Amino acid sequence: MSLIKGETGEWEIVIGLEVHAQVISRSKLFSGAATDFGADPNTQVSLVDAAMPGMLPVLNRECVAQAVRTGLGLNAKINHESVFERKNYFYPDLPQGYQISQYEKPIVGEGVISIDLADGATKQIGIERLHLEQDAGKSLHDQDPRKTFVDLNRSGVALMEIVSRPDMRSAEEAGAYLRKLRTILRYLGTCDGNMEEGSMRCDVNLSLRRPGGPLGTRTETKNVNSIRFVMQAIEYEARRQMEILESGGTIVQETRLFDARKGESRSMRSKEDAHDYRYFPDPDLLPLELEGDWVESLKAALPELPDVKKARFMADFGLSAYDAGVLVAEQANAAFYERVLQGPKGRRDPKLAANWVTGNYFGALNASGHSLESAPVDAAKLGGLLDLVADGTVSSRLAKEVFEAMWESGKEAAVIVEEKGLKQITDSGAIEAIVDDIIARNPGQVEQYAGGANPKVLGWFVGQVMKASQGKANPGQVNGILKRKLGG
Amino acid sequence: MAALTHLGLAEARDLLVRKELSSVELTEAHVRAVAAARGLNAFITETPDQAMAAARESDGRRAKGEAGLLDGLPIAIKDLFCTRGVKTTAGSRILGNFVPPYESTVTANLWRAGAVMLGKTNLDEFAMGSSNMTSAFGGVENPWRRRGDNRPLVPGGSSGGSAAAVAARIALGATGTDTGGSIRQPAAFSGITGLKPTYGRCSRWGVIAFASSLDQPGPMGRSVRDCALLLGGMAGHDPKDSTSVPRPVPDYEAALSGDIRGLTVGIPKEYRVDGMSAEIERLWDQGIDWLKAAGANVREVSLPHTTYALPTYYIIAPAEASSNLARYDGVRYGLREPGEGTLESLYETTRAAGFGDEVKRRILIGTYVLSAGYYDAYYNKARQVRSLIARDFARAFAEVDVLLTPTAPTAAFAMGENMDDPVAMYLNDVFTVPASLAGLPGLSLPAGLSGEGLPLGLQLIGRAFDEETVIRVGGVLEAAAAFDALPPGLEA
Amino acid sequence: MSVDVETVARIARLARLRIEPEKMEPLARELDGILHWIEQLQDVDTEGVAPMTSVVEMTLPLREDAVTDGGIAEDVLANAPEAAHGFFLVPKVVE
Repeated sequence: MSLIKGETGEWEIVIGLEVHAQVISRSKLFSGAATDFGADPNTQVSLVDAAMPGMLPVLNRECVAQAVRTGLGLNAKINHESVFERKNYFYPDLPQGYQISQYEKPIVGEGVISIDLADGATKQIGIERLHLEQDAGKSLHDQDPRKTFVDLNRSGVALMEIVSRPDMRSAEEAGAYLRKLRTILRYLGTCDGNMEEGSMRCDVNLSLRRPGGPLGTRTETKNVNSIRFVMQAIEYEARRQMEILESGGTIVQETRLFDARKGESRSMRSKEDAHDYRYFPDPDLLPLELEGDWVESLKAALPELPDVKKARFMADFGLSAYDAGVLVAEQANAAFYERVLQGPKGRRDPKLAANWVTGNYFGALNASGHSLESAPVDAAKLGGLLDLVADGTVSSRLAKEVFEAMWESGKEAAVIVEEKGLKQITDSGAIEAIVDDIIARNPGQVEQYAGGANPKVLGWFVGQVMKASQGKANPGQVNGILKRKLGG
Repeated sequence: MAALTHLGLAEARDLLVRKELSSVELTEAHVRAVAAARGLNAFITETPDQAMAAARESDGRRAKGEAGLLDGLPIAIKDLFCTRGVKTTAGSRILGNFVPPYESTVTANLWRAGAVMLGKTNLDEFAMGSSNMTSAFGGVENPWRRRGDNRPLVPGGSSGGSAAAVAARIALGATGTDTGGSIRQPAAFSGITGLKPTYGRCSRWGVIAFASSLDQPGPMGRSVRDCALLLGGMAGHDPKDSTSVPRPVPDYEAALSGDIRGLTVGIPKEYRVDGMSAEIERLWDQGIDWLKAAGANVREVSLPHTTYALPTYYIIAPAEASSNLARYDGVRYGLREPGEGTLESLYETTRAAGFGDEVKRRILIGTYVLSAGYYDAYYNKARQVRSLIARDFARAFAEVDVLLTPTAPTAAFAMGENMDDPVAMYLNDVFTVPASLAGLPGLSLPAGLSGEGLPLGLQLIGRAFDEETVIRVGGVLEAAAAFDALPPGLEA
Repeated sequence: MSVDVETVARIARLARLRIEPEKMEPLARELDGILHWIEQLQDVDTEGVAPMTSVVEMTLPLREDAVTDGGIAEDVLANAPEAAHGFFLVPKVVE
């Protein structure tokens, strides 16, 4: 149990997260305007999006499919009948004066996802529901001292609101939940999870309670746009609430805004009346009914999801939970790894491949800023290098040098080994010659080794042989031959 | 030939087809008539230049043998339909000088069929009313007057301008919209024929929304045939309207067979209400006799929840309206009042200045019945009662093919009457609202005159998408009633 | 239940309608009258009756996911009371 300690005792943090995920679709939820990011203002706005008089909504089938796919990916109940309702309020970037959303009957019901914690443990976090709704436009308050500028390009884009159960108990768990959710959405292709661009936003609901005690009053911190900020906002809010409670105060149920620069949140301008959204079923739309066959066909076409893929990597390839976890975090990375495994003569060594992919390869990607698509070394080339390591053509240590050269030149491993003459020396005769030479020239060390009494000296001899052979001698063989010749 | 403005719509069509008349002649006569009748205040915007240009184009098409269903016929359009490039007001100040850069589906259908637009007619603001008195552009005068009394009367509402234009013979036909009776009741008050189609028959795209689950565009004309013709040009599936039903549009004129032998007509007993005038009851009975004489079976039916239809409507319609009218906020189009310079005061003063009293009343009622704590008691309850009302009709239609009722509880009243008590005004809709709640087609036609010489209407209600039976029975009733009275001063 | 001036004020605020102080009382009485009249619905037995969702007997139509609209900034801004640089303008909002 992760608790925070105050002066009067311990507190348990209770966290629920509401994530708004922009649906990947060509056009909007109820209009045929485009959804691309970054267009000139009001150029991706239809008359429906602008809420002109007499305009009416028409539902996008693909957005429905994306919501169902997401529900399936969250192991959740798909509701075959759901209803669109109007959420009524006034704001300049809400042209209709209402948002078309879902209230009593959302398209997806309860589900669960499993999150991975730092200590290797896993925890189940419940999903309460997922529903479809319209995004609002953008209000820019910083373009002019006295005016707010309104761009409706985003108005009407489909959002999935994913509400978790209040099952998280720490910033770490919240971070793990968001990372896992993001991975699932990206695997499914239903949302790109890009928090910086705003295609995934998070509201944090947080309250404190005494362990085993009743739930406390919660606050909501809205629109936090990175996982790091979510964790910071949680830390801040938990501390803020604890200070109030410890001094005998009560928590005001309110909405807060997180200021990333200051690392703190402040209360939003309080409204005299709590929001009364006057939800009612949208009379321009009938209830949405899903056919069982259609849902089944969506299910059948889902890609292998991260948990299943991770379990398969562990079972079939013998990878550790950690390595498998790293590889499946991004679907493209996992696919890359599996391509690396495909050798011309059958499957390559999965553990060797995993080490190289997660270590050297990902390291090179990060350092160079390349993507998988643009990288100078592709899966086939990396596999080629692994083959040379596996059959002893090049030693592991020199393979690193080969890899760097491959990265710089784009050439195949075999070509570089040939060009640089890095082929591993495995001919025992040749190695023996070098060993004999080193032994002959270092009688003092031979004496120190004393036939095995000082095993550390062997290491020195190995180093000398490696240096004399420009690192090409097979270390295993060098070891064996040295021992034999030095005796012991 | 009778004065061109006294022709029927179908009659004029026949003359155009036989090339005995040109659209230019026909339209010119109507453009002049519209200008001469400005005293009625039936039009908010006249479009004479556009009309003449359209008439010329129509004659051109006809010469090439490419004329459409309604080619060359001059009609009026209720100012609730968005018409591209032509100011559209919804009878309100809040739309300011809004000029839509788009055309409603129904009017696009009409222009594609070759119809000619004379202008945009006056209406109760946002279609909310039964008298046309709530318009920001002033009331409309009914061309009819009480015998020996020259106080101006209302044409009914909300499609008062369309009704007056057709009755005054300044348009051959007109479009209206009907939410709780807004085509049928003004048709009855103005002595013309009006049809509210089945909900979903005509597209609502581009029609300024009042109550989304009730609004329905429909034709107004001087005969059942004219309405049938106009409906054919208006109706049809629209994928841009998710409540538009994908059913083919039949030839509604062909439904006028004149033969209703063997049909069963239902008389709903709950429509005999307290305070109903004796002459309306008599007219209703007369209608029953006419239909019997034409070979129909007539029987009493029961629609037990009739008495709850008005309060149900006055919960549902304002609730939907309160949400539909939220977009009129001074931000993207229409009137903007700056208030004290803040956003909130902009909203509040714009909407206070832009909406009239009746609209504000309904927005407030609607907001209230949807608000926290009241949703179940009002809005949800009303939706349940609506289900019961629809069920009443379904049960009745298992036994009968069409229902006959009066259209309105009284004849047209004087302008300014019934303005003190909103509920008194709402009672005008007592016979028309139930069919709206059930989404069923309803036709009103003039069947007689009151003791004061004012037209009285009878209503026929049919099964969903069975406008054809309603039209067929309407044609027979119309022939039997032989209503040929004209508003004073219009005797040809 | 009756509608008082406070209720009118609250509802008017939700609806963003400014009502003049002298109109509040008469409006409260008018609304009270209307709501009182609507109240008669309570007499109806609606046990087990499903609220009507729509009069239309059909399923909700769905649209293909294609870009068929937008790119009409001029039309969208044509009737704007205040616009600049392609944006709608409103008095600054403080969050």
